[in-house]
Amino acid sequence: MSAPDTTVETATDEAVRRREDSAVLRIGEDDGERLEAEAGTSDTSMVMNMGPQHPSTHGVLRLMLEMEGETVMRSKPVIGYLHTGMEKTAETLTYLQGPTNVTRMDYASPLFSELAFSMATEALLGLELPPRATWIRMLMCELNRISSHLLFQATNGMDIGAVSMMIYGWREREEALRLLETITGLRMNHNYIRPGGVAADLPDGWRDEVLTLIDTLPARLNEFDTLLTGQPIYRERLQGVGVINTAECLALGVTGPILRSTGYVWDLRRDMPYLAYDQVEFDVVVGTYGDCFDRYAIRLNEIRESIRILAQILDQMPSGDYRVQDKKVTPPPRARIDESMEALIHHFKIFTEGFKVPAGEVYAAVESPRGELGCYMVSDGSAVPYRMHIRGPSFVNLQTLPHLMQGGMVADAVAIISSVDPIMGEVDR
Amino acid sequence: MSDSVLHVPREELIETVSGLRDDGYVSVLDVTAVDYLEHPGRTDLPPETTPERFELVVTLISHAAPGRVRLRVQVPADDPTVPTLFDLYPGTEALEREVADMFGIVFEGHPDPTRILMPPDWEGHPLRKDFAVGRIPVQFKATR
Repeated sequence: MSAPDTTVETATDEAVRRREDSAVLRIGEDDGERLEAEAGTSDTSMVMNMGPQHPSTHGVLRLMLEMEGETVMRSKPVIGYLHTGMEKTAETLTYLQGPTNVTRMDYASPLFSELAFSMATEALLGLELPPRATWIRMLMCELNRISSHLLFQATNGMDIGAVSMMIYGWREREEALRLLETITGLRMNHNYIRPGGVAADLPDGWRDEVLTLIDTLPARLNEFDTLLTGQPIYRERLQGVGVINTAECLALGVTGPILRSTGYVWDLRRDMPYLAYDQVEFDVVVGTYGDCFDRYAIRLNEIRESIRILAQILDQMPSGDYRVQDKKVTPPPRARIDESMEALIHHFKIFTEGFKVPAGEVYAAVESPRGELGCYMVSDGSAVPYRMHIRGPSFVNLQTLPHLMQGGMVADAVAIISSVDPIMGEVDR
Repeated sequence: MSDSVLHVPREELIETVSGLRDDGYVSVLDVTAVDYLEHPGRTDLPPETTPERFELVVTLISHAAPGRVRLRVQVPADDPTVPTLFDLYPGTEALEREVADMFGIVFEGHPDPTRILMPPDWEGHPLRKDFAVGRIPVQFKATR
């Protein structure tokens, strides 16, 4: 063993190094050719473009890779191909219409964006939710976490070359989506969690359907273990690939399974509880090495934890209202409109003008399958948000790509993108 | 659970953030901005803070004593510049690029001051309040 390095890196040295020897390729989107020309003919490096039309870039992610032979040196994720100005759109939609907008950001786990938006609005309104609304939200979020992680298992398997995994992952996810459809009416983009509660009470028979799901899933997850976890080819492709440590993650603002894969325990559900997560028991799954395999294993085991939480929700689901009975915020029941003039007026006002939210600013955050999903909202006292910003975990987590890929093979880049699990709808918004 | 809010003058931003970093605020979660051009009346600012058109909002998190702190920095319209936080928290790189892209706030010393969401040749900053919603024609090279 060599003597330990005793030189202490000062903060200034660290900053200089970060700027000069970074893994991030900081050139313009069109400057790849210029960089190559400057490098001259003797240089063996080239700038390669990957995506945005590439099956393993999960939608429309484009990467500029500086290659040295087959080794990735620096790289830059180029994003914005799905940018549709959703934060601008949010400034024209009322608080009741808002969830229809944010639900389209992270389309693999739409309920979490709805939840963050609703929690921010409720914080401004000062609303206290009835317990059943809180527990229904928790039920829906855990179902959604399962479907999102199953989607990851499917696409990750496919990216690595275990194509049959895609079929299995999709099959299981379909069960979860069918349950979501039974409850919300839609497989995706539910618009189910709304300011003041949820859109509708749970339908008859929901308990049996959730039970069926949590009874069948564990055996299927064990099949995943048989197919992937112990399989030598799969492990070879993932173990030791795309390694990151805790300090780098924290400096980059990374949250979720990537941060936990480094062995760092941080889960908002446990550490800054919201909804009723302080009343259920679950374990926070962490990794050891911070590599692609740890991130795969964490997501697989988080499905098992979610099943545990679902079982407790089934036992503890309280009865009562599924939304706040505040006439200014909640539309009246359909039957009341026929008999009450006041109910008709409230109905009309809520759906034409929307409800007014007191002026102020607030930040609300939830633990989405990808990390901390925050909603920053500014109200000017009118019926539409003055400013609505979503802090997307995928957007921030994407910054790890150059650090994970540096020094690896280009074939590993595919495994690494997959293990970061970015949803481009949320990255570009 | 509400986050603590600090109103920080632009000149003291770096000092405040490095102080917070020493106090255990391990990550910058979010950097965003608000254009207060059309806001009818701002009442939540302390008396010693002069309201300006733009406000930079930086959210940090502490894990040891779980809690967030939100820094609100007034940025005048005639000089929309703030120092970059990149040297303290490299994770602000993409977030600051987004603010620069959407609001036209310049981050002095930012290592990669290019547009991030809009095309490189886009004119204007979409999240400013004087930028119309759904303006047509869409500015792309091929359509000109």
